[in-house]
Amino acid sequence: MNCRSEVLEVTVEARQVEESMLALLHTILLHRSTGKFHYKKEGTYSIGTVGTLDIDCDFIDFTFVRVSSEELDRVIRRAVSEFKDALSNSGSDGMGQISLEFYQKKKSRWPFSDECIPWEVWSIKVNVVNLANEQERQICREKVGEKLGEKVINVVEVINRHEYLPKMPTQSEVDNVFDTSLKDVQPYLYKITFQITDSLGTSVSTTMRRLIKDTLAL
Amino acid sequence: MDSGLSPQDKKDLDKFIKFFALKTVQVIVQARLGEKICTHSSSSPTGSDWFNLAIKDIPEVTHEAKKALAGQLPGIGRSMCVEISLKTSEGDSMELETWCLEMNEKCDKDIKVSYTVYNRLSVLLKSLLAITRVTPAYKLSRKQGHDYVILYRIYFGEVQLSGLGEGFQTVRVGVVGTPVGTVTLSCAYRTNLAFMSNRQFERSAPIMGIIVDHFVDPPCNSQRPANMGQPCNYRAPEDDDGPFAGVQDSQEVCTTSFSTSPPSQCVCTLSPSPSKLSKPLPLDSLQIPLAPGHVTHTLYASRLSYQPPALGGAAELSHPTANPNQVLHAGKEGGVVLAPAQPPHGADAHLTVEHAPNTPGSSGDDDGLSNSGYGRRDEGRRCASPSDPVESLNAFTRKIGAFVNKPSAQITAASLDLPFAAFAPRGLDSEENDPMVQPPDSPPCHSPLQASLHSQGSEGSGPQDDFVMIDFRPAFSKDDLLPMDLGTFYREFQNPPQLASLSLHISSQSMADDLDSLPEKLAVYEKNIDEFDAFVDMLQ
Repeated sequence: MNCRSEVLEVTVEARQVEESMLALLHTILLHRSTGKFHYKKEGTYSIGTVGTLDIDCDFIDFTFVRVSSEELDRVIRRAVSEFKDALSNSGSDGMGQISLEFYQKKKSRWPFSDECIPWEVWSIKVNVVNLANEQERQICREKVGEKLGEKVINVVEVINRHEYLPKMPTQSEVDNVFDTSLKDVQPYLYKITFQITDSLGTSVSTTMRRLIKDTLAL
Repeated sequence: MDSGLSPQDKKDLDKFIKFFALKTVQVIVQARLGEKICTHSSSSPTGSDWFNLAIKDIPEVTHEAKKALAGQLPGIGRSMCVEISLKTSEGDSMELETWCLEMNEKCDKDIKVSYTVYNRLSVLLKSLLAITRVTPAYKLSRKQGHDYVILYRIYFGEVQLSGLGEGFQTVRVGVVGTPVGTVTLSCAYRTNLAFMSNRQFERSAPIMGIIVDHFVDPPCNSQRPANMGQPCNYRAPEDDDGPFAGVQDSQEVCTTSFSTSPPSQCVCTLSPSPSKLSKPLPLDSLQIPLAPGHVTHTLYASRLSYQPPALGGAAELSHPTANPNQVLHAGKEGGVVLAPAQPPHGADAHLTVEHAPNTPGSSGDDDGLSNSGYGRRDEGRRCASPSDPVESLNAFTRKIGAFVNKPSAQITAASLDLPFAAFAPRGLDSEENDPMVQPPDSPPCHSPLQASLHSQGSEGSGPQDDFVMIDFRPAFSKDDLLPMDLGTFYREFQNPPQLASLSLHISSQSMADDLDSLPEKLAVYEKNIDEFDAFVDMLQ
């Protein structure tokens, strides 16, 4: 099975990095989360309800919808915050990329650890610019808002192709497909990683690999 | 088209599509109400949340959507459309976008209805949630209120995009294949908003005339009824051919108010005003023959009026212009209106004075409220006028703040806590209202000396415009030993002549004279220089 890979690219000001990343990651996760599964006898299950929340951005003229789950929001915010810090520490005109990867676990026999097989990877390339004056910033606010809107449309377009999705798992397999650690929603298993390239565009000067969702280590 | 589809599956599919259509309308309308939407996730299924999404159901919207569908389902050639338009307070309106739920013939026979189709419809609804925040109308709807409102209209049949102007854009939300066809959800939105500003300049009778004409003649296929929030207005279809048979307009003004209580308690009121027909219509046009297969056009004004709890939560407003009245009452009952402290004009507790009634600033709340319906409460100025001298004595102890917005005449030194401040008349004639003598934004005087500088020597009546001294009887001032008592003394010396050095025009005159006489004086001094030197030596 091939992993689907999508790349989104945005150019933002430093202070807009956090919100733009949150907007896109949450939009993707909104589509890739379901309600909690409740398995019943005979292999049937029922699905909980997913609520949604409108979030207004402070530095961008944009509103996005995210899943109504504070736990999930915290996790994503933490990842984005680390990414933002890494970007700002790297240099003034940093470029970076944050990746959201959805994967499935495949149990292997001992002594081999479980495999993580990605089935969809979203890469968001970020290009940070510095603006000179307030007027430019105001224009940037609106422009980035429009761009994010276009990216949301792109995301929706990809998702609505209804390409490969993991099969709905049985109760024993559910942890191989879904992240069941949250109490109110159930996204597909995912991990967020990022890397920073410096402004010269050379190969990665500092590669920071941070796993927010662990693969099961031995 | 039902080959291979079990009856149960067919039934399920129909149900899914029906509820999908209803939820689609809910999502679109709620996204245009101007408020942020918040619903909660629930891990235990309640059984009533279609597509596993917490989407509230506004009863009126469901009701109207069902009416529009009239028992049918979106099918091939029969699309369900939600039209979003903008209406200004002057009555101009403009279509902003049209959301279309369509079905085409492309079938996906192998797909599992109860599971795959359901999940994909759920994903499509999530996409709709995301996309409704992205189109330009979202930002407009968030700012609706004073100048304009956003209206929605649900219709069933062929999609009409002509009202979107030139160059409209289309965005496809998504598709879901089913065994009976492919469900497609898309949005066409206007990009040319300049139309709005042009029309604003045409605020005149012709536009109103056109709209009036709309309702005199039964509109034909290509003509669209204007979203005017007119009273309910049903028309019989003109003919029975084709899906576009006559247009039925039912127009209602739906005012939805949300209280600030948790989402589950949102109160939605629909107040149609069917009785307020602005024009008498022939009786047969009031029929409601919603025969299946005919196009029904329903028109609603959906406007969120968010009123703070202080105004009584779920206010039922039957007419837009009822808002200001309602708010006005609330304002009068619960609003805060400050009555600035009445400055005492009496010099001390023993003066008998009369106060002229204070005139200004009783405009109060009425001017502050316009047709906004959002409770802009300006604090009215009310000035109490004491009715008798006793009150004025009691008012003596009241003080006025430094920058109270009052006519300067009312700010008197008597209001200050100073010994003889009351004796400093403050006649401020215009020619002597000199910034050099008195700073323009004068805080209350802080010393009697400064207060005395304000005496500008006006003859006759007292310094304040609204202060008329009738009688002056200082207490305990009679002295048998002296021929003069305090009162006489006061009266005599009430308006002393201005000190020459302090009078500006004199001083300016003298300054000019000084300058002129300066050379002479210098010459004299030089002549007597020896005397001066001797004097200085003497001192040393």
